[in-house]
Amino acid sequence: MTSRADRIEALLRQHFTPAVLRVADDSHRHAGHAGARPGGQTHYSVLLVSDAFRGQARVARSRAVHALLDGEFAGGLHALALTLRTPEEHAALPESAA
Amino acid sequence: MTGTVTERIQTEITENPVMLYMKGTAMFPQCGFSARVVQILTHMGVPFKTANVLEDPALREGIKQFSNWPTVPQLYVKGEFVGGCDIVTEMFQSGELATMLTEKGVPHEAAA
Repeated sequence: MTSRADRIEALLRQHFTPAVLRVADDSHRHAGHAGARPGGQTHYSVLLVSDAFRGQARVARSRAVHALLDGEFAGGLHALALTLRTPEEHAALPESAA
Repeated sequence: MTGTVTERIQTEITENPVMLYMKGTAMFPQCGFSARVVQILTHMGVPFKTANVLEDPALREGIKQFSNWPTVPQLYVKGEFVGGCDIVTEMFQSGELATMLTEKGVPHEAAA
């Protein structure tokens, strides 16, 4: 069985052809907290740098990612920290990378 | 989503210039992401009202549908959806949050 992180990464890679993509499973940091599950795979953070975000406001960028991962939210994905940038924005702000 | 939840949210975001849907309360946040947004608003000296989605399952589901946004916290300013923890944090760090509050006529302390 593939992990949720693998599925998230595959979906994002396929859809956004990212210049940079990092998916981290932070579930262990939220163990015991509301939304956490015994098997983990609930809390993730993503850094995604893609041309697709050019000209798109922040909320629209996040909604595009949420829509793509709809099935994962329905299946127990609880928290998804998103850092979504164009290549130009990323070049200007490398230090705060997720 | 029942009409009453939609109406409740519509009323809250209309009547409160800065409205935060969160887990827990401003005094006792029950989620790190909610706590961060409270911390930013408090730091900026912004008056805000909160609603605790953990106290009301209908609100917890209703706010996700209302905003078309799958996670909590969610921040509204002057009836407009701003975003969740990541967006609020990014906008705070870049100074856009202060600019937006000024543009919308919401009082806040000038950046140090």
